[in-house]
Amino acid sequence: MSYLLQQTILYTIPLMIVALAGVFSERSGTINIALEGLMIIGAFIGVYFVRSIILLNVPLSFGQPLLILGMIVSIIGGCLFSLLLGFAAIRLKANQTIGGSALNLLAPALVLFLILIITSQSVLNIDSKYSSNDYFMLNQDDFGLGTKLENPLGVIGNVLFNKTYITTWICLALYLGLSIMLYKTRFGLRLRSCGENPQAADSLGINVYKMRYAGILISGGLAGLGGFVYSVTTVAASSNGDVAGFGFLALAVMIFGNWKPRNIAAAALLFGLLKCIAVGYPYIDINNDGIYFLNTIGVSQHIYRILPYVITLIVLAFTSKKSRAPKAEGIPYDKGER
Amino acid sequence: MIKPSNKVKVFFKNIGHWFKSLIFKVDDKDPKLLVLYRKGATKSVVSSLISIFVGILLGGVILFILAIASGGDISLKAAWEGFRLIFVGVFNTGRDLNGNLTFGFNSTNIGNVLFRATPLILTGLSVAVAFKTGLFNIGAPGQYLMGTAATFIVALSIPTTIVPAWIVWILAFIAGFLAGALWGIIPGIFKAVLNVHEVITCIMTNWIAANIVTSMFDNNKGVFKHLLDPSPTKNLAYLFKTTENGVATSKMGLDVIFPNSQVNGGIIIAILIAIVVYIILNKTTFGYELKACGSNRHAAKYAGINEKRSIILSMAIAGGLAGMSAALYYLSGNTEFYWSTYQSLPANGFNGIPIALLAYNNPVGVIFSGIFMSYLNVAGLQLKNLTPFNEYITDIIIASIVYLSAFSLAFKEILSSKIFRKKSKDLSQEQPQEILVKPKIIAEEEEK
Repeated sequence: MSYLLQQTILYTIPLMIVALAGVFSERSGTINIALEGLMIIGAFIGVYFVRSIILLNVPLSFGQPLLILGMIVSIIGGCLFSLLLGFAAIRLKANQTIGGSALNLLAPALVLFLILIITSQSVLNIDSKYSSNDYFMLNQDDFGLGTKLENPLGVIGNVLFNKTYITTWICLALYLGLSIMLYKTRFGLRLRSCGENPQAADSLGINVYKMRYAGILISGGLAGLGGFVYSVTTVAASSNGDVAGFGFLALAVMIFGNWKPRNIAAAALLFGLLKCIAVGYPYIDINNDGIYFLNTIGVSQHIYRILPYVITLIVLAFTSKKSRAPKAEGIPYDKGER
Repeated sequence: MIKPSNKVKVFFKNIGHWFKSLIFKVDDKDPKLLVLYRKGATKSVVSSLISIFVGILLGGVILFILAIASGGDISLKAAWEGFRLIFVGVFNTGRDLNGNLTFGFNSTNIGNVLFRATPLILTGLSVAVAFKTGLFNIGAPGQYLMGTAATFIVALSIPTTIVPAWIVWILAFIAGFLAGALWGIIPGIFKAVLNVHEVITCIMTNWIAANIVTSMFDNNKGVFKHLLDPSPTKNLAYLFKTTENGVATSKMGLDVIFPNSQVNGGIIIAILIAIVVYIILNKTTFGYELKACGSNRHAAKYAGINEKRSIILSMAIAGGLAGMSAALYYLSGNTEFYWSTYQSLPANGFNGIPIALLAYNNPVGVIFSGIFMSYLNVAGLQLKNLTPFNEYITDIIIASIVYLSAFSLAFKEILSSKIFRKKSKDLSQEQPQEILVKPKIIAEEEEK
């Protein structure tokens, strides 16, 4: 049970944060199909930074500050890369889908090119001696709650204090804070108005271009962070120019959640659960009786892997009537058309 | 009666006249080059060429920056060689005794360019057809995978001892087409009937296809696991080649022109398909309806076009083209398919997007941009073999080119405004004169 919850959280967090990245961009009026590319860049820059610091022979105990520094660097990297999209979409009024696709092509190419030159392999790892778990994972003994062998915590305590990452809690806080900002502050209202009716917003003295740049920058930072978090928590802090389609999945989560943070959190949780089942179904023990139920019923692993995508399709089919994208998304703002 | 020498003179005079009319104003007609330049298509080609040039230049700059940043590990000479290889790597013939690069006609490379261009042209067409109907077919990888599976199953399952190999080839090709088309229809129906954005359904169907194909050939429980190659080198990781059953695309004589390469008749079939698609889109009512839906779905509906049918058919054709792409690639007989594909989607599918964009979705343009793309790919392999750099530089260049082509509109505006502003001003003054000329001609005709 605790395995299921722990893994679900690890898959949910990047999905949530990257879907929120999509929200910031799309609600300010720019389609951001480049989430996948931004994640790849964020993961690479974060991992490369962490690797460079570790090569300076820092002790294992420096892991947590290092992880936070890595997060900040990946945010900056994502912001910078997203400027490419902003420049094409806002300044040059280019087709946003094409610009985004170009970044999706560019990111893996650039990352693989650099990784091959840096390491002569196709994967960039942080350290040859220790794994990312040694550096970054928090166990119950780190919280002063006994050693790994005793298990006095129960399911909830296990989920909160064992095999957890500091990134999870930082991302949750960020998610909460940014969602509140989007709905309860003046900035958030202005941002959203640029995605619904930029002409009206402009007539009220809001600089639409600035707002859209802000939306894309926040989006890029969050997606970069999401990529780094994904890399640290699910693929042992390695970067290989691929995030297994998580960026696109986050796009689906965003549409699934109707561009609203609360719904997105729920959708991300559902996807995280399905993803967790797909990957770890032989190890899931729901009621702690030592029987791995999903493994014994004899359903093929491929069915579990297909499930998230099929369920998305079905739900989209039923909810498409209610689904409402920001009105002005995808349309470059032209002052002359006011 | 004109003397032969005079005939030659007249002939050359005419040629001279024609060349003069290219640049100068003759008979009150604008210079032909300027007329050609003002056409939309020319501007598209020119701005594509600018994108390509800037993209390649950018690739070169990256090579030099890396050479400088490496602090001596990579020499500047290597960067310069790499830069030259990006441009003309296909014509590289190795190194001479002094270690300098040599260039010449390299039949292996050129043949391989044509071979690799075959699937790229078709997936490019797939994306282009959907774009013409206003749909972004990011689902080409999934359609390509379904086409792959269907092609292999038919090509390997029908014994050529009973059925002639060429009939099996045709059946496998059709199977690839149909499987791709069926997979393309799904996002089409979602878009037309339920109004779900095609990008999201395409992404979902891509991953569903990847998992379905993996489960079909799973070496443990898959239905078609008997098609896996059990030889020790392959160890069930790959399917049999189609040549195992004696099915392969005819070389059509191309192996004589390009010996030692993988080229086969597939490239000719791909070019023919591109021309057929061009004719359907530009010369038939059906093609007009598709394009009308792309321009304005609601206006098309108002004009009496069944826009739902158009969207579904357009996606079906797009899917079919991606399926045929896979069929031609794997029926070549010298390509293998790695079945455990649930974690990655085929690059041939995604590469259709930049190819279509570079060609401005023109089916004939797709032939050239497809060949160009595979030219870059082969050049990238030369870069990997001969320099410290690797083949991904070509992917970077391609991505930069697509990025640049995204704001081709800005390029076009610059092209039509700044450089030739003066001339276009002159023209606006001259237009009334043309009108004055016209009555003269009419008067002459009346005299006759």
